[in-house]
Amino acid sequence: MFESLTDRFDAIFTRVRGRGRLSEADVDQALREIRLALLQADVNLRVVRDFVGRIREQLVGADLSHSLDPAQQVIKVVNSELVSILGGETLRVTYAPRPPTVVLLAGLQGSGKTTAAGKLARWFKGQGRNPLLVGADLQRPAAVEQLTVLGGQAGVPVFSEASDPITVAKKGLEEAVRLGRDVLIVDTAGRLSIDAELMEEVRRISETVEPHYTFLVIDAMTGQDAVATAEAFHRTLELDGVILTKVDGDARGGAALSVKEVVGRPIVFQSTGEKQGDFELFHPDRMADRILGMGDVLTLIERAEAVVDHEEAEDAAARMQRGQFSLDDFLDQMQNVKKMGPISGLVGMIPGLPKEVRNAQIDDSMLGPVEAIIRSMTPEERREPGIINGSRRSRIARGSGTSTTEVNSLLDRFKEMQRYMRQMAGMPGIGRRMAKATGKSGARSNKKVNNKKKKKKGR
Amino acid sequence: MDVTTSTLADLRRRIKDEGISSPAALLDALKSDLVSKLDGDRELHYDDGGPNVWLFVGVNGVGKTTTIGKVGQREHAEGRTVVMAAGDTFRAAAADQLALWSERAGAEMVRGNEGGDPGAVIFDAVAHAAARGVDLVLADTAGRLHTKVNLMEELKKVRRVAERPPGRLSEVLLVIDATTGQNGLIQATQFAGAVGVTGVVLTKLDGTAKGGIALAITAGLGIPIKLVGLGEGPADLVDFDPQEFVEALFEPLAETDSVVG
Repeated sequence: MFESLTDRFDAIFTRVRGRGRLSEADVDQALREIRLALLQADVNLRVVRDFVGRIREQLVGADLSHSLDPAQQVIKVVNSELVSILGGETLRVTYAPRPPTVVLLAGLQGSGKTTAAGKLARWFKGQGRNPLLVGADLQRPAAVEQLTVLGGQAGVPVFSEASDPITVAKKGLEEAVRLGRDVLIVDTAGRLSIDAELMEEVRRISETVEPHYTFLVIDAMTGQDAVATAEAFHRTLELDGVILTKVDGDARGGAALSVKEVVGRPIVFQSTGEKQGDFELFHPDRMADRILGMGDVLTLIERAEAVVDHEEAEDAAARMQRGQFSLDDFLDQMQNVKKMGPISGLVGMIPGLPKEVRNAQIDDSMLGPVEAIIRSMTPEERREPGIINGSRRSRIARGSGTSTTEVNSLLDRFKEMQRYMRQMAGMPGIGRRMAKATGKSGARSNKKVNNKKKKKKGR
Repeated sequence: MDVTTSTLADLRRRIKDEGISSPAALLDALKSDLVSKLDGDRELHYDDGGPNVWLFVGVNGVGKTTTIGKVGQREHAEGRTVVMAAGDTFRAAAADQLALWSERAGAEMVRGNEGGDPGAVIFDAVAHAAARGVDLVLADTAGRLHTKVNLMEELKKVRRVAERPPGRLSEVLLVIDATTGQNGLIQATQFAGAVGVTGVVLTKLDGTAKGGIALAITAGLGIPIKLVGLGEGPADLVDFDPQEFVEALFEPLAETDSVVG
């Protein structure tokens, strides 16, 4: 999300950056461009007006002509305003003293409620909670079946029955109490905001289960209509926040930038991919940094921490330092990166990347051939790629369904990487830091590696 | 933006050339300009000889499965025999959803395993249709974001399978949600580039959304809007009418006043 905005801001800031002073005309010009960029990103007109107005006010007060680095000041003001229109603070879920904590999901058809319900259940499980899913969408054919499958994937029980949505919700609540589940997630049927009858129904479901959190699910690709939808649902339901889905399909982020300002409720979660784990809390401050091309290192670290096994990482670092980094390690690391979510999404979090790299179409399946090549090698070859001669090359190429050219290029790249790592390990500062990080686990790690290799040989 | 700019330029030229002076005449000129921009081949094509395949594509949650259900009922009512192919093997219970629609439409359905190869399902459906002399195969596909390179590649493969004789691929319909914003144009560009879209189905035009993106798609890419989904009932799928669509664009909605504000 927001890639196109990032590009625009990039261009705007490049123009003001490096100037000793900014005249009023420069600021006006920048503000005009920001205004246009936001409008093209499908941001609501009213929101754009207020946003640009507030920035102008702050910049006028800041007396740019005397500031040392005026561009930096402009960026700072834009950044803090972005954080505020994105919702200010990250949601901190408080759990009801008397469980279950009830979460109600509502939204238009096809916004992704049922998928979000499954992902949310998994998220709560990851927080150490025991959710129960309730399928109160009795309208769409097979919606309950879908929820049942998603619940199964998340390892969360699902309750539903063929009665009416209000009864299902009521019984679901009783079921949660009976089973001692501490979070209840109620999925409802998609409905149009102008359908009075269905809005009345969701209001009654809400009255029945008295949710602690009511979330509106919105498709990030929705245009100006997102705001009308959010307003209408807010009138009926007293929303607590918005779950933004399919953000990986949208480069503009207009809905994300408009909702908070118009409805007064922040985005709380975002759904970023097809896998159930591609779902996270929405952090306005990090998002603002990303829009302004400053990356999002915090999220990157969090994702890495979630997938990387610390001991293994230490082992790999130790081997890297000794110049023994093998193709097996390389494969492991690739696997970890893949677990962190779509690569194109990760690239956006790295600060300071040039626009061409940031926007390059990176497809996870490009890793497939690399993986196949390494897996077609014997353990010995993976440890000591130097022994791979012509006949081994053609065997590996055949085994992995690639060509010897591809095998060669992988081996070349790997050799270069190894050389680079040795150089890094040779540098005094980095060497010491790495030794410190790996501590005294050297001996243990060696043993473990051997075990692992034996296992692989056994296959 | 492009369509907006070109429309305004056209309008300016017409004001000069035709000497438009009253607001009402201006509005009429604008409307007729928009209607002409929406012109195109809106027929749903059917070639004789071999089962015809209509392939439905689009991003997640736009209403592909529901649209197939409704199209199936319509075609069935017009006397064609229909097989539905549950090519969405990714989303949980998507085939179950289509199964209910196929019952309602009096159509047969061919399905595969969840997580299976969508191309295989469509291949089986075409083979089945050819063996039984069925007229039409309505092929569902999993919703996919146009930004996912590998999923778009998969879709190209599905199209290649659908083209293979005895099947005749006569329509590739892109389903777009009327609430979609500028993103819809990108969706259309990407899907058209990947699988050659022959027409658009604009769904959920029954809410507050007016589906303005249809203009950008037809005027910008030359892809006609063929069908419109107006509601949940089977009869709520109608042929696209540019005149009506443009009139609706200019109807003020009391509720959206604050939005425009």
